[in-house]
This record gives sequence, C-alpha cells and structure tokens, in this order.
Amino acid sequence: MNRVLPVITILLAIVAIWYGAAISMNAPWQNTLNGRADLVDVPFTDFALQTWSQDKPILPAPHQVLGEIWNGTMALEITSRRSLAYHGWVTLSSTLLGFVLGTALGVGLAVIITHNDASDRSLMPWIIASQTIPILAVAPMVVVGLGAVGLTGLLPKALISMYLSFFPVVVGMVKGLRSPEGIQLDLMRTYDASPWQSFWKLRWPAAMPFLFASMKVGIAISLIGAVVAELSNAAGGGLGVRLLTGSYNGQTIQIWAALFIAAALAAVLVVIVGAAEKAVNARMGVRPA
Amino acid sequence: MSQLQFFIALVAGGLSAAGFALSFVTPFEQALLLKAFLGLGFLSLIRFFIPIGLWADGAFAVLGAVAVLTSIGIFQPAPAFFWMALIVAWLFSWLFVERLSKVLAPRLSDNAGLGLIIPITFGVALLVIWEVVTRGANVPPVLLPPPSMIGAQLANSTGILWADFVQTFVKSVLPGYVMGCLAGLVVAVLVDRSPFLKAGLLPIGNFMSALPIIGIAPIMVMWFGFDWQSKAAVVVAMTFFPMLVNTVAGLNAASNIERDLMRTYAASYWQTLMKLRLPAAGPFIFNALKINSTLALIGAIVAEFFGTPVVGMGFRISTGVGRLAIDLVWAEIAVAAIAGSAFYGVIALIERGATFWHPSVRGGRA
Repeated sequence: MNRVLPVITILLAIVAIWYGAAISMNAPWQNTLNGRADLVDVPFTDFALQTWSQDKPILPAPHQVLGEIWNGTMALEITSRRSLAYHGWVTLSSTLLGFVLGTALGVGLAVIITHNDASDRSLMPWIIASQTIPILAVAPMVVVGLGAVGLTGLLPKALISMYLSFFPVVVGMVKGLRSPEGIQLDLMRTYDASPWQSFWKLRWPAAMPFLFASMKVGIAISLIGAVVAELSNAAGGGLGVRLLTGSYNGQTIQIWAALFIAAALAAVLVVIVGAAEKAVNARMGVRPA
Repeated sequence: MSQLQFFIALVAGGLSAAGFALSFVTPFEQALLLKAFLGLGFLSLIRFFIPIGLWADGAFAVLGAVAVLTSIGIFQPAPAFFWMALIVAWLFSWLFVERLSKVLAPRLSDNAGLGLIIPITFGVALLVIWEVVTRGANVPPVLLPPPSMIGAQLANSTGILWADFVQTFVKSVLPGYVMGCLAGLVVAVLVDRSPFLKAGLLPIGNFMSALPIIGIAPIMVMWFGFDWQSKAAVVVAMTFFPMLVNTVAGLNAASNIERDLMRTYAASYWQTLMKLRLPAAGPFIFNALKINSTLALIGAIVAEFFGTPVVGMGFRISTGVGRLAIDLVWAEIAVAAIAGSAFYGVIALIERGATFWHPSVRGGRA
C-alpha cells in the first residue's frame, strides 16, 4: 500500500488541476457564448459545468474524454469505421507486426555482431548513426514511397515500427550476449562445448534480462511509429488518422480520446512484456527479489 | 586465413571468373574497366597458392566500385555480369574489412585511425550500392533517388534548406529543448526533497516517458497556434519526462557514506546539492540530454505535420511528398540527420568535458 497511496494522490491532484484548467481555458469562449445568449451573472457552479460540457472545448474535461471513449468503443459496433476499437485494432496490428519484425531483426543483428568482429566494427557505428535520421519525421514519406511500389496496408506501417524498435533490441542484446564472463566461457570450453552449445546454453540465457528490458522500450516506440506512420494514409484508419482528422476539424474531444486509447495500448503492451519477463525468469529459476 | 575469409575469397574469385566469361558476349571495346576488374578478380584466386596482402583486397574493392560506377550507363538494361561485378566489389570490401579487423584486433588502442577505416568502408559501400542499384536498375527517382541526385539537390537548394533549418531547429527545437530539460531538472530537484512526491511522481513519470507524447502535437498546435511556439511546446513535453526520471535517479547516485561526509562538514542542503549530488548525477543528466537531443528534433518535425507556416523541415517533407519532389525530401532528411548527429555529438563532447571523472568516460570512449 505504501507505494500505491502516493501515486493515487498525485493522480487525483492531476485530475483536479485538469478540471480547474478546463474552466480557465474554456472560459473566454464560454463568456462569448453567454454574451450572445444574453446570459449575465451566471453563478460560478453553473459556469463551471458549462465549461466542462462544450462541444469543441480548448481543453475537454476528463469525463468528456471518457464519454467519447465509451461512445467510441462500447456504444458502437466493433466493425464500424467510426469505432475507436476498430482504429485501435488497426494501430495495434501494425504495432505488433512491426515489433515482432524489429525484435527478430535486432536479435539477428546482435548475434552477427557478437560473433563477427568485422561486422561489429562496420555495423555498430552505422546502426547508431541510423537512429539519428529522424525516421519518425519522414515516416509518412516512406509509407507513400512504399505505396507507390504496391506495398500498402499493414506492412509499410509495420516497417516503420520495425525500424524504430530494432535499435534498442540490438543494443541490449549485444550487451546481453557479451555479458557472460570469461570464466564462464572458459568453463564451457573445458566441457568441450561447441560454439553452438555455448551460444544456446550460456550466452542466450544470459542475454534474456537484457532482451526483455529492450523489448519494453521497443514495444512502446513501435506504437509511436505505427501512430505516426498512419498520418499519411487517411483511408487506412488507425489512431493516427483520428488524431489528424480531429486536428483538421477542431474536434478536441476526439483527439484526446485517441490519445488516451494510444496511451492505454502502450501501457497494456508494456505490462504484457513485463509479465512475459516474469514468466520467463520464473521458468529459468530466477527467484523473485 | 579463417574459414569465413577462405569462403569469401573463393566466392569472389569464382563469381568474377564467371562474370569475366559472361562479359565476352558484349563487344570487347565496351566497359573495359569493368572487364579488367572482373579479370583481376579472377586472377585473385592465386591467393590460394601465393598469399596476397590485405591492402590488395582494398584496392580491388576501390577499383570495383569505380568500374561499376563508371559503366552504369553503357548497357541498357544492365547485363548479369554488371551485377556480378557489383557483388564481387562488395565481397572484396568485406574481405578487406574482415582481414583488417583481424589485424587490428590485438592492437586496437594504438590504431584509432585504422579503426575508422572499417565503418567508413561500410558507409561508402552502402552509398555505392545505393547509387548503382537505383541507377542501374532504373528505380524511379520518385521512389528512391540515387545519392548523387540528393547531393545535387542539397547543393542547389541551400537557401530553402537553411530557412527550414532555422525555423525548425533554431526556433522550435533549441528553445523547447532548453525549457524542457531545465524544467525537468528543476522539478526533479524539488521532487527530490519530498519522499512522498517522489514515490508518487516517479512511476507516473516513467509511464509518461513510454507513452506516445508525440500525439499531443495537434493539441499544442490548437493551443499555441501554427508558428514555432506550438512546436517548442511539443518539444518541452517530450523532453520533460526523460529528464525528470533520469535526474531523480541520478540524485540518488551519491552514496550514503559521501552524504555522511558532507554532514560531518556541516554542509547545508544547498551545499550538498551543488557540490556533491548534482555532480554525482551528471552522468544521468547527460544521458537524458542525449536521449532528448534526438527526441526534440523528431517532435518538432512531426508537430509540423499538424499545421505550420510555409517554412520548416516538417512542412517541406510533407509538401515535398505531395508534389513528388522526393529528392528535396531526401535532402531535407540528410539535413535532419546531420543536424541530429551534430547535436548529439556536441552534447557527447560536453559530457566528456563535464563528467571526465566517470568510469565510462575515463576509458576514452563516450
């Protein structure tokens, strides 16, 4: 309980500040509205309620966002194009595909790098340099470019996610595969283990904690990649499209709802990876700390 | 010769022999350099009887790159032996790098200059292959322009690129970066004084830095308008949480015994903070500064997709895609990559000077 109480207090404080900010930020527009309707001397409680229920508020109140999420998920058919669940699924599917591809690429590169000195020296600097290219910024262009060769739908978006998520996996796995100490490698040699055996029985298990730490980072950024990649293809749907159309139409509540769904997705995905980590650790005999 | 080197050398020699034979189907006065390179590659098979030096392999690779690059336009479409020559040239560069790294491995520290050759070779090989494949296979420039075209565009439109750079980097990224990092630092120091706030804020901060904060870009554009203020606001939001989380962790880096020593000196809270805990947090703070340097640029560019005045890197990229001016887009990407790397490099240099005492810097590697 000692750890939950502070978090809840802070969260409640944030919600309170949010409601307060909603009043002050929406007040000018509400004053204009009331002025047009010849409403004078509105009591403060009524005024607060008015600012919390505008159609296109500058800052929507939390309950408006939650209401939009509820309407968008539970009140509609799942298959409806207006459903947030549908858009969430579009984003989730490209996130997951990109994450799986990125993790596979990252692990593959890490294995090559740890086993071949030349590729360590030639690949590693360029892998690091590749991340200074703001791929997130050019993601829409990549998607359009791939669309021109007939690659449309899930794959181009997943490729962006892959590009973003392979980097933490490479860095973590290289560290992890190199984490066995010399004395342990020597022991494998005295057992006359083949390189293959010392990989599977020593290096790979030793790299697991590093892999999971990287995967937690990787899955969060592959969601970001998927959302940004969607910005270029309005027909494809997804949370990124909801953000963009909301931005063009001034639908703030829609933007906030999409943002919250994306945040919840990211949180759930990280928790799932964390649970997998716990399960693997338990299976490998790590005692809970 | 290791197994891998043996194999590469065999494949390179064999492929050039096959390519050399195939090249006789064309008139002999065409693409002489290409044919000479394939012939030499065939001759390199004598290495299995007389060893040849690793610099010879490097020379083969350079010759191959030049030969392939100069004979791109000669054949339409490019015949099989042209592509074989490209593969052979790449194999030679790989063999060269492989042998060089074996030579370097025992004495890495006194060969910093030689160590640079390997990544540079890889980068140049990548550029050559990109150039040859895009031009040799007639990849439409709309899809992927060759590096030479991007370079030309880069040189031609310095004016536009500079204006975009100023708008995005100088006006949006830098103020946002400074404000976000400073705010994160200050809040971290404040939070550090209250265990309750720390326990409450840290999980939320950790959680927030994993969320797609970039999604707040449309909201910020609505609040702060189209100009640089909204982009700076996005950058502030993106850089704040990594800084907060890292600094709070860093402020705990000074060990108890060091803090006790400060107490025996009767040091005040501020003295302990300025002379012990903030310096000890240095590596963590610089870690956040480095992470944020790339985040900030990305945030500003993506925020420009949601509305911007008619200047800026994000604006140029999104409209360039619409007008199919892909070479300009790639020039913009190149500028962004250079700016991002330089920004990161500057932070890393400052880190090296400021935290010279830390083990990770003492080894001479940042």
